[in-house]
Amino acid sequence: MRVREIHVGMIEDAVKALFLKANTSIGQDIYNALLDMRDKYEKSPLGKDVLDQILKNHDIARDKGIAMCQDTGMAVVFLDIGQDVHLVGGLVEDAVNRGVKAAYDEGYFRKSVVDDPLFERKNTQTNTPAVIHTKIVKGDRVRILAMPKGFGSENMSALKMLTPAAGVEGVKDFVVKTVMDAGPNPCPPTVIGVGIGGTMEQAALIAKRATARPVGSSNEDPRYAQLEREILERINSLGIGPGGLGGTTSCLALHIEYVPGHLAGIPVAVNVCCHACRHAEVTI
Amino acid sequence: MIEAMEIKVPMDDDLVMRLKAGDRVFINGDVYTARDAAHKRIIQAAESKEPLPFDLKGQVIYYVGPAPAPPGWVVGAAGPTTSGRMDPYTPTLLKLGLKGMIGKGKRSQEVKKAMKKYKAVYFGAVGGAAALLAKSIVRVEKVAYEDLGPEAIMKFTVRNFPAIVVIDAYGNDLYETEPPKYRKA
Ligand code: SF4
Repeated sequence: MRVREIHVGMIEDAVKALFLKANTSIGQDIYNALLDMRDKYEKSPLGKDVLDQILKNHDIARDKGIAMCQDTGMAVVFLDIGQDVHLVGGLVEDAVNRGVKAAYDEGYFRKSVVDDPLFERKNTQTNTPAVIHTKIVKGDRVRILAMPKGFGSENMSALKMLTPAAGVEGVKDFVVKTVMDAGPNPCPPTVIGVGIGGTMEQAALIAKRATARPVGSSNEDPRYAQLEREILERINSLGIGPGGLGGTTSCLALHIEYVPGHLAGIPVAVNVCCHACRHAEVTI
Repeated sequence: MIEAMEIKVPMDDDLVMRLKAGDRVFINGDVYTARDAAHKRIIQAAESKEPLPFDLKGQVIYYVGPAPAPPGWVVGAAGPTTSGRMDPYTPTLLKLGLKGMIGKGKRSQEVKKAMKKYKAVYFGAVGGAAALLAKSIVRVEKVAYEDLGPEAIMKFTVRNFPAIVVIDAYGNDLYETEPPKYRKA
């Protein structure tokens, strides 16, 4: 097996390009889902109006290359690194952070990261450090997924360690309650990522990644796909509506991911994402 | 689409009392930006009887921390932030004469009570519609607390800024009244 050398400069450039793209142009899957909601599913006149503004906003952002939301978020980066890759030219983490800084400078994006969460809370002025999740995978390529994550919706996320007895109903109730409690705050219609199983942090991690799945996709396991549909329907029956001002479309998509777990528990993580569900990826 | 009415700010009680929850409005005039940190400083100034960064009487505060302005724009993306974080400070500001707030998300009972008592309205702007909203901001002026960066107080001159009256001075709150209408048991 030959080892492929990849210079971290390539990763830096890719990260920069991905954040510039993700912050200004929403995925076509989300755009189309919003269109359908406005034209077909939303019953509330005010709700239609909100959806119309959201769509117009996406048009302006894409056409003018301006951020679709002022909260351009924390920069979350998933790096799936092939085990036959040898990264050269410096630390990959530094390269990612340089890419993030460059994107946030060049894109006129707001820098929202503070150096210390509790005491000084001083803005780092670079939107770094990025939140980097690396995984070693098969092959000789690097897959980069960039997700700017705004905090109006991140703050509405929740995690609970359920008992096995709570079961499927317990999962449903917890997810629905989390979205209900969030109400208007995460800028609905939302995209909800649910991670089930593993340990506490693993559930949270797969929930985050689940928000980047294409809208309209289902879990490969038919039981989980069914659960996705059921919870989505319950959420859209809550009446939250676009902007939380009442209506029949509250959630664009609900994606569940699962991993094997422990005998004694069911961790459930609910990562809430707003309609500005931004992500872009590339494989190099 | 629902008819929208054009309104001018700053506001007097007369206008405040004419606005009802559910009204769509286009706001014209000057509004001030402030988020958590700026609110904290305004309250501190009021408590220690120091001069306030601007006279609150009749004014409207927009809860926003905009992105930097790209070339050709007076301001970058500028959508509303979650208003609830300002709740602890808001009753004091209302007492000082604040007449309107623009943001997104629910307000506390204390805020709603103070809005009734001092006559004020809460406008919702569409969260995440930041590029669209930035287009209706035609002028930006720095006012105070520049060291706070995106959280500094600025004066925005807005033209036909689209918003919805979410909570009126009578205590009506769309976040309470609307979702149940569309809720299926
Ligand atoms: S929740 Fe999302 S759309 Fe709403 S303000 Fe935050 S980042 Fe923007």
